[in-house]
Amino acid sequence: MGEVLVVDTGVANIASMLAALRRAGSEPRLTTRPREVADADALVLPGVGAYRAGMEALRRSELIAPLRDRLAEGRPTLAVCLGLQFLCEGSEEADGVEGLGIVEGYAERFDASVRVPQLGWNHLRPAAGSRLLADGYAYFANSYRLRTAPEGWGVAQADYSGPFIAAMERGDVLACQFHPELSGRFGRELIARWLKRPAQGGASC
Amino acid sequence: MLTIRIIPCLDVRHGRVVKGVRFAGLRDEGNPAELAAAYELQGADELALLDVAATPEGRGTQLETVRAVREQLSIPLTVGGGVRVIDDAGALLEAGADKVSVNSAAVRRPDLIDEMATRFGSQCTVIAVDAARTPAGDYEVVTDSGRVRTGIDAVEWSREAASRGAGELLLTSWDRDGTRQGYELELLTRVSCSVPVPVIASGGADSPEHLIEAVQAGADAVLAASIFHRGDYEVGGIKQVMAASGVEVRP
Repeated sequence: MGEVLVVDTGVANIASMLAALRRAGSEPRLTTRPREVADADALVLPGVGAYRAGMEALRRSELIAPLRDRLAEGRPTLAVCLGLQFLCEGSEEADGVEGLGIVEGYAERFDASVRVPQLGWNHLRPAAGSRLLADGYAYFANSYRLRTAPEGWGVAQADYSGPFIAAMERGDVLACQFHPELSGRFGRELIARWLKRPAQGGASC
Repeated sequence: MLTIRIIPCLDVRHGRVVKGVRFAGLRDEGNPAELAAAYELQGADELALLDVAATPEGRGTQLETVRAVREQLSIPLTVGGGVRVIDDAGALLEAGADKVSVNSAAVRRPDLIDEMATRFGSQCTVIAVDAARTPAGDYEVVTDSGRVRTGIDAVEWSREAASRGAGELLLTSWDRDGTRQGYELELLTRVSCSVPVPVIASGGADSPEHLIEAVQAGADAVLAASIFHRGDYEVGGIKQVMAASGVEVRP
């Protein structure tokens, strides 16, 4: 896969993602075109920012339907952080805002027994038989998370005031609550597996 | 569980790292991008880039530095220095910062915190609290690189910053910074007990033991500059010492 399209929701700061994709040997390009989102060989749905603003941006650009289709068909799509939460029915963060509804469940805020946002490296434990997900440490920056494993998806869990869904995969769809683009070598190798490319040499091999 | 983060800090001026950094095998010791990559290789969990001389005129250079570091770095990058208005923060995020740290401008106009949290999210919004001990034994906020003593209580201000949407506090002891006497532990404990967000300890670290003390006092992350730059310790070696004393670190 040479070209990778990155959905430009306008609310995410995506320089880190673009740099990570370049380091992985691909050529990232931003898009908001429904046709391109539908047809892309590889698509990244990044997510930094707010749930409501992000979903509204997707709706305004008419990307809901093409995203739902490619996610349902299991075509190569990488959803990150808020991007994972977009796959849910909604989030406690934005009452009444409908998510893409690809998986059942709502993102909920961490409880007050831990520091929120969760900022830092947490340990991922993938279920047996994971194809893309591996055991290791990844960098998280989130206040909300999905707690229950959606049916039909392979998940990796991490623990922060109880287990939560750190990542999930189905077909060539990979959704990460953490930031693979900020997760050092672990993230680099994961992105390479998703791109089906050998990991490139980098700073911390 | 979350591991404790070790954050080397590069002090940058006009695109060059200052505060003498010693690394073997680097052609250019003052190049921020090369040093950033070297720290990632050592096992740093995150990197901070503070532009100690950021001015409106120097903004372009600062953004170039951030871009260059971003191309190299696959761990989180916090950038601070000279952020006055929300568009300064936006430009830094666009250039490749993952979090932006603000100090004086937020003290002068606290609404800036709410605006940043709304527009970019709390996880991008770091408030740098520089605190100095008062004769009464409390801590007051200082701004403008220590030149202005505000009289504002540092614990109160930390609480307000978090409630306005700061996702993290970078807490520097003005009395300890550069002294190599260890972090100001009482300040750390007071602030970390008062806020629901993560707290980064900064100012005074000179040994792995200092970092461990900070964690025991309530820090979620420890930032240090000269301890790493002098080359006495590598991040990985410090992590081994910390792990041996029961601190959870990323292997």
